[in-house]
Amino acid sequence: MILRDVAHIRTGDKGDISQIAVIAYSAADFALLAEHVTADRVAGHFADLPIRSIHRYELPALGALNFVLEGALRGGVTRSLALDAHGKTLGAQLLDLIIDRD
Amino acid sequence: MTARTIRIGAGAGFSGDRIEPALELVEHGQLDFLAFECLAERTIALAQAARRIDPDAGFDPLLEDRMRMVLPAAHARGVRIVTNMGAANPAGAARLVARIARDLGLHGLRVAAVSGDDVLDIVRAGDFALTDRPGTSRDLGDAIVSANAYLGADGIVAALAGGADVVITGRVGDPALFLGPMIHAFGWARDDWERLGRGTVVGHLLECAGQVTGGYFADPGVKDVPGLARLGFPFADVAADGSAVLGKVDGSGGRLSVATCKEQALYEILDPGAYLQADVVADFRTVAFDQVAPDRVAVSGGGGAQQPDTLKVSIGYGDGFLGEGQISYAGPGAVARGRLALDIVRERLDMTGAPVTDLRFEMIGVDAIDRTGRGTAPEPREVRIRVAGRAATRAGAERIGAEVEALYTNGPFGGGGAVTAVREVLAVASTLIDRTRISPTVHYEVA
Repeated sequence: MILRDVAHIRTGDKGDISQIAVIAYSAADFALLAEHVTADRVAGHFADLPIRSIHRYELPALGALNFVLEGALRGGVTRSLALDAHGKTLGAQLLDLIIDRD
Repeated sequence: MTARTIRIGAGAGFSGDRIEPALELVEHGQLDFLAFECLAERTIALAQAARRIDPDAGFDPLLEDRMRMVLPAAHARGVRIVTNMGAANPAGAARLVARIARDLGLHGLRVAAVSGDDVLDIVRAGDFALTDRPGTSRDLGDAIVSANAYLGADGIVAALAGGADVVITGRVGDPALFLGPMIHAFGWARDDWERLGRGTVVGHLLECAGQVTGGYFADPGVKDVPGLARLGFPFADVAADGSAVLGKVDGSGGRLSVATCKEQALYEILDPGAYLQADVVADFRTVAFDQVAPDRVAVSGGGGAQQPDTLKVSIGYGDGFLGEGQISYAGPGAVARGRLALDIVRERLDMTGAPVTDLRFEMIGVDAIDRTGRGTAPEPREVRIRVAGRAATRAGAERIGAEVEALYTNGPFGGGGAVTAVREVLAVASTLIDRTRISPTVHYEVA
């Protein structure tokens, strides 16, 4: 199973920070997300993304995790020379993270 | 003024957003207020640059188109408009809107300009620590072109109390465009942090317009959304306690669901327990959504805490030039030819001493946006190489595109579709300024 099977994602940006919200389709799957979609796994998934830090906020009431990736946008949207300067496509790239349901 | 509920629509979620959904909302949405959010992080720096060339410019380029379209219907139905399309010149924008209203025969229409966000003089006179990188504002030196504070709802509330039919601001926090009408209608105390927090949650849900009604959501076969070509923009029926029901015009395209609301609720939120705005520190952790009817979602919960003592300020500054070149390769061996092309350009820029930095060599379709480092298998039948870099001068930046274009006759077999680009980079840095040094001013134009 991959993350796409249980969750949907929206990506945003603030300055040099990429923000990725991972939201369970079913509230019952929040615990599954909380267990498997750790900050370390997300950082590891983006092997080619230089980040200074990653922080995970938990929102059990919304069945969601919010990841804040500092330094992900190479100086920020307004300075970045990247094709996707906003990092808008990053969240979609996380959808094939493998989730093993016990 | 107190009201049981008010209905606020979102007419635009960014400067270039579609024009006609706002008219649909005004004509068929039974709105009380319509807000247009059109000011991205960098937009105001670009607008300030435009104003330096023409003192009457510096506001949103689509202001006239949007106003000509919605003003007659809004005036006829008593819908009041709030927008940050004033950008770097709210006063000039208000003059234009009054002139348009006169053209349209809407005599007496009252247009308010909210100013006070421009803190360039304060920033130039002082030295402020940057919050998004090491260093201070003084390090940016003469390159600074703009500095604008994110104001709260005060100026908007004052303008509505002053009878404005249209309120035009420069930089305000995006949710304040929606919170202002709520404070005006319900008379919320400016230290009622819970209601201000809830109102901010609702404003945040609305501020990107179609992004809560199914825009930026569709993933065919997984998350389907009907009618994206005629996407309906949202409105909220806000109650005096700050709860709301979101909806869109019946028959419009899109989808409004708990899932679309959750995505937008967390969009560009960092700490969900502390969403910093000038009016309040909003708390999204207890927000709850309930699908009460097709395309109708109730929003409850959320809260707030005391506003911060400082306001966020965006400093726009010139940051040199971006140079770029692209060219495509196709058929068997496309990836290898693309790699060869990149190597050639890298060597050329190096051996000719091109004054460029921060160079990127990438292949669109392989590794230009993917950050997982997994590569692409099987190989694509077409790739497009991209070289981009930074230069202090336009001429320096042009060197990059020139070397890519030269691949036509000097590079690998079968290159096609080369394009080159140079653009001036206006970057943004952030700082904080004590809120007591900044206050909004309101003035009126009458059509």
